[in-house]
Amino acid sequence: MIDLEVNGAPRQVEAEADMPLLWVLREQLGLTGTKFACGIAQCGACTVHLDGVAVRSCVTPVAAAAGRSVTTIEGLARDGARHPVQQAWIDCQVPQCGYCQSGQIMSAAALLADNQAPTDAEIDAAMRGNICRCGAYSRIRCAIKQAGEATRNV
Amino acid sequence: MSDATANKRMGKWSRRGLITAGVVAGGALLVGVGIRPGHRAPRLRNLVADGEEALLNVWVKIAPDNRVTAIVPHAEMGQGVHSTLAQMLADELDADWNLVDVQEAPAHEEYANYALGKGFLLGDVDIPRALVDTVDGAFLKLSQAMSLQLTGGSTSVRTTGRHAMRVAGAAGREMLATAAAAAWQVPSAELVLRDSHIAHPPSERNGTYGEFASAAAALVPPAKPRLKTPDEFRLMGTPAPRLDIPAKVDGSALFGIDAQVAGMKVATTRRCPVFGGTVAALDDRQALQVPGVLKVVNLEDAVAVIADGYWHARKGLDALEVEWAMNGLEDIDQVHIFGRFATALDTVEAEDNGTTEVSVGDVEAALAGATRQLTAEYRVPYLAHASMEPMNCTVWLRDGQCDVWTGTQNPLGVRGGVADILELDAEQVHVHNLYLGGTFGRRFVDDYALQAARVAKAMPGVPVKVMWSREEDTRQDRYRPAVTSRFRAGLDAAGQLVAWRNVYVDKHEPAEAPLIPYAVPNRVIKHVSVQTHVPFGVWRSVDHSQHAFFTESFIDELAVAAEQDPYQFRRGLLAAAPRHRKVLDAAAEAADWGAPKPAGMGRGIALHESFGSVVAQVVDARLEAGKVRVERVCCAVDVGFAINPDGVVAQMESGIVYGLSAALYGEIGIERGRVKQSNFHDYPVLRIDEMPVIDTVIVNGGGPLGGAGEPGTPPLAPALANALHDLTGQRIRELPVSKHDWSGHGARAVG
Repeated sequence: MIDLEVNGAPRQVEAEADMPLLWVLREQLGLTGTKFACGIAQCGACTVHLDGVAVRSCVTPVAAAAGRSVTTIEGLARDGARHPVQQAWIDCQVPQCGYCQSGQIMSAAALLADNQAPTDAEIDAAMRGNICRCGAYSRIRCAIKQAGEATRNV
Repeated sequence: MSDATANKRMGKWSRRGLITAGVVAGGALLVGVGIRPGHRAPRLRNLVADGEEALLNVWVKIAPDNRVTAIVPHAEMGQGVHSTLAQMLADELDADWNLVDVQEAPAHEEYANYALGKGFLLGDVDIPRALVDTVDGAFLKLSQAMSLQLTGGSTSVRTTGRHAMRVAGAAGREMLATAAAAAWQVPSAELVLRDSHIAHPPSERNGTYGEFASAAAALVPPAKPRLKTPDEFRLMGTPAPRLDIPAKVDGSALFGIDAQVAGMKVATTRRCPVFGGTVAALDDRQALQVPGVLKVVNLEDAVAVIADGYWHARKGLDALEVEWAMNGLEDIDQVHIFGRFATALDTVEAEDNGTTEVSVGDVEAALAGATRQLTAEYRVPYLAHASMEPMNCTVWLRDGQCDVWTGTQNPLGVRGGVADILELDAEQVHVHNLYLGGTFGRRFVDDYALQAARVAKAMPGVPVKVMWSREEDTRQDRYRPAVTSRFRAGLDAAGQLVAWRNVYVDKHEPAEAPLIPYAVPNRVIKHVSVQTHVPFGVWRSVDHSQHAFFTESFIDELAVAAEQDPYQFRRGLLAAAPRHRKVLDAAAEAADWGAPKPAGMGRGIALHESFGSVVAQVVDARLEAGKVRVERVCCAVDVGFAINPDGVVAQMESGIVYGLSAALYGEIGIERGRVKQSNFHDYPVLRIDEMPVIDTVIVNGGGPLGGAGEPGTPPLAPALANALHDLTGQRIRELPVSKHDWSGHGARAVG
């Protein structure tokens, strides 16, 4: 048994230590918002927060999350209110197919937690690990800036 | 869930459609519109056996609570089609946008009867039983209209939107007005319908649509309701927010891969890496030792491992020892394929055979008389779709029936194919089509769903989700074909283009892809078929993606040879094509074409028509440490009329990024009969730090509606190649750009 905290709630899972966190989240805990796309940390679709840091859950062994706090896209909203990044994603009409967007949003939220006024270069560095095949990159950049501004003005 | 239609009224076939109406229990007005195959949807038309068959159908329910629900036959794959269709409906109906919802029609007429296990799939979808009766009726028999519920070819808005959503909205509006006029005993001309409310100002009476829905349903629908003229549009032409986006920012949107059914097992598969090969020997002893592995299935062309979850299935698959019979196909390399293309083209040119598509004037005489002749050969490689969501499908076979959860552009095709494999009647197969995590044409083909049915057949009674790895997705795609195209053209002494001869391999569709809009008095276009063992797939814009690169690059070569500005050279050939010229002008103007460029910047232009829309793009590119970097793309597009301008802009951005990924990096190489690439590290795609600025100008030309999902892609590659020629003098005749050596080029100052 491995103990971890997922979206604020304690969870116990039975899995081999080397099973990627992604499959525990999706198949054991039913949290399907976190997506599988490449399996080798090349695309970012599986991005979640581990103690607040963005990680690729497809290559993070579940054992590495033991005793730690995992946040997925389902746990990003607070008290029923969308996270500023989620709201900015709607305002800027970012998603098309939407498959990569959980990962994009989690990467963006982690970036803004540390830096609420990222430069273009900082956005590039934080987001280049997240592929979007629908090509929503301009809108992603715009939404990150808007979310940063919203966060600063709170 | 309502009972059978109590009171169904049928309209008449108009030139294109049939309107029917009825009431469903609870008093909702239901308006249905069937569409005949129109001339603007040749791909769909070809699938209809009888010209009188209905092609698509749309159902609109106006409920007593004043909510409007449209049921449409199209999959939402990111193109925003559900929202755009809803906009067309809501505008004609004068409905409140906030009260409109869209659902995708089920691929089964009895879907409404099926209790959805856990109800997680489509929420509280209430498909009226009336749908069942009517689609099963003589005039809209879905079983006759096999495989018609397609999404693709940029047709949704052009056919369903124009001929069904608008018509349904307009018919519903007229019926509601008639019902209100009768109830209030006032002339319907005095009524004002707006935002889902009906008002009669002289008597100060007000009501909601919902109040009159039941009475309206008793009326005979108008055969040909009046559609709004553009000056009357209130929602069409505005950037209404998309309906599907909120669920895509909180993880609640369900894609095929997210299907969860109680007791479900997970399988992953490996098909013979050499297309067409089969299993010669299979040793599953190690695989069956992997914890969680339940079963190994020999599918003859593939092997599958079923386990309690994906991770164990994948471990099991990696532990399998498979020997493949590859029938000599393992000796084929890419160089052999291009060699066969060259041989075929040599033969066509030497013997003057091949299939002639266009023959105008006397090309040979014009070439002989030309002051200058130019020849060139262009090539493009195979391309994978690389949608973010790998192929997957969940199949649950039990008790003589089957449920299928997947994301597909062709749900009825999946239904029929799965039924065949499982030896069921199509009526016993229920397809639940979920959001598509990208497709770009890949999910037109139902191979992954049929494979899932074969795997599930090995474990009857148990729901099995078959998921492909990214590696399998890359290596078992249906590929944009590799193509070689040759040109010979002639310029006269004044630099006028007098002859155009184009011969290429491998024609698919649309037929007009190699055509150019330019006035050339003598022209011949021919092709020759060369079969390869690499499976063909439709890839965003299909043949347009390669032909625009060929024709728009070669036109640029001719402009350079004629010592003319590439924009002005094209412009001069478009005197008889004002729509194209207007779009070309708009792109050039947006890019400030004639202005001096920054040092080290190359600028290229391209123009192409596809799916009824015309797009021109100007690319600004430079070299950065031996690597090509696109700084800006100015895009002008004429889709006739942009129903949702922001949606059109989004599709242009998307098409450009898709085209840029392919132009810069896209190459599926064939080695030893199989695909060399496997994942995003060796099949790279554009990332955010490589994203150009994109400025899109919408030219509402006012012509028939064109598509938006695909036409943004074709012009990008030639505009980029032309920009690189402008920058370096090097002409790119083979994609991708990254396979060429740019290290020797200094940043040539231009401008």
